[in-house]
Amino acid sequence: MATQQVRTLGRFMLAPTVALLFVWMIVPLAMTIYFSTLNYNLLNPDVKSFAGFDNYYYFLTDPSFLASLKNTLVLVGSVLAITVGLGILVALLLDQAVVGRSIVRLMMIGPFFVMPTVSALVWKNLLMHPVSGLFAWIATTAGFEPIDWFAEVPLFAIILIVSWQWLPFAALILLTALQSLDEEQKEAAEMDGARFLSSFFYITLPHLARPITVVILIETIFLLSIFADIYVTTGGGPGLQTTNIAFLIYSQALIHYDIGAASAGGLVAVVIANIVAFFLVRIVGRNLDA
Amino acid sequence: MARRISPARRAATTIAAWVVGLVIFFPILWMGITSFKTELEAFSTPPSFLLFHWTTENYATVEERSNYLLHALNSIIIAGGSTLIAMMIAIPAAWSMAFAPTKWTRDILLWILSTKMMPAVGVLVPIYLIFRDAGLLDTRVGLVSILCLGNLPIVVWMLFTYFKEIPKDILEAARMDGATVGRELVYVLMPMAIPGIASTLLLNVILAWNEAFWTLNLSTHDAAPLTVFIASYSSPEGLFWAKLSAASTLAIAPMLILGWFSQRQLVRGLTFGAVK
Repeated sequence: MATQQVRTLGRFMLAPTVALLFVWMIVPLAMTIYFSTLNYNLLNPDVKSFAGFDNYYYFLTDPSFLASLKNTLVLVGSVLAITVGLGILVALLLDQAVVGRSIVRLMMIGPFFVMPTVSALVWKNLLMHPVSGLFAWIATTAGFEPIDWFAEVPLFAIILIVSWQWLPFAALILLTALQSLDEEQKEAAEMDGARFLSSFFYITLPHLARPITVVILIETIFLLSIFADIYVTTGGGPGLQTTNIAFLIYSQALIHYDIGAASAGGLVAVVIANIVAFFLVRIVGRNLDA
Repeated sequence: MARRISPARRAATTIAAWVVGLVIFFPILWMGITSFKTELEAFSTPPSFLLFHWTTENYATVEERSNYLLHALNSIIIAGGSTLIAMMIAIPAAWSMAFAPTKWTRDILLWILSTKMMPAVGVLVPIYLIFRDAGLLDTRVGLVSILCLGNLPIVVWMLFTYFKEIPKDILEAARMDGATVGRELVYVLMPMAIPGIASTLLLNVILAWNEAFWTLNLSTHDAAPLTVFIASYSSPEGLFWAKLSAASTLAIAPMLILGWFSQRQLVRGLTFGAVK
């Protein structure tokens, strides 16, 4: 039992963290809400008038909002499908008897430690360049027409790059979860004559359900705000083809200097992220009690 | 009892795993190889894989042309500084929640986690304006403080999951022997907490080093870390593949090494203890 002295001390130790995070959360958010009700453009900073919900109306009915919402959903959905799907396969493979598994594991998680600006530029230039990129050379050698990735399928190109960055995360977490699966349970199933597929669907997959959920939720939080990869490759283009919500708000704020609309958009992003966060916090919270 | 695995199956899974590993790692490898080519060779088709004239001139010119060391130093200061400050704030907090929990501890922990869910872009406008008015744009102080706040929730959580696993009996024993809270902290807890503190430190240095939203938006040159410096290679006139590769290799090498050391802690750290 903690003594009164310890408890008082505990409160003092906790206070700075709570105070800092509280200010960090409340002050900018309050300012965003305040700005979102103003007509306020940095190009004309003397004009600052109350706008009510005009900014929200403007932001939400702007065709670029719908386009970027669609791009965001496609980007997040595709990357999740690719990373979780391939992540399960990679994890299953590395869970087998593999000579030199630790080296393979090191190679596999490498991309996760690469800063996004590097991975985006290396993929864009060294691999996906339509003339001198490695993919173009592979396509030509195999007798195909090389793809001009960022002109023909720009969003797909971004999806590939981001998936490469996040595949290690999914695979590593699922591998860790697999390794905690009771070996005897699998053996018993095999002795009972369970085939690989049925043992996968009835034993492995249910065991992975929770880690998969965690991977999906955490990735979603990060994928909703993909920014650097778009910033250094396409700048949101061509047109709006690779503009996601995060990039749209950035361009409203720091390219068009429309503080009001960007703030309204920022709140929309906060609401979307909070829907995801709600579920994640519940899952983590349940784990806390266990 | 280990399962018997036929040599054929072991060979098959080994080959498959190595192929998959090499494919995933290939872009990094290719970048490393390209960094030793001349610009002409880097751009040539068909590409040469190993049989080319290896040169280290790109590494020399990266520094000459662009003050690479300044940006590397910025990265070290920003990633290291923000992590160290976050640790100093978070260690007492995590300690108190792990060893002197109250009825609010659970709610506070979940609230701390939820602050991490706030998308950065949602507060870009106010942070940018505050930074502009306070003269913090493109300063190391500004970036250190913003990344410190951004990573504080993860630091607290990681430390908490480690501290929670330290057996409480030891504390009881120390208290029986008349140890004060301060002595208890220094002589009993710290030695047991060091591994957790070290891996938290490592993972957060990596996260801060690679952070590319606030650094891109709040710095341009003076305080720009490597993320921003590499982004400057995206302009068409700056397109030198071999130099881009050399600069990139230098920028990611330290994190690859740190990351490989911390890979075991990565999972629990990034899932907030939900997967171990």
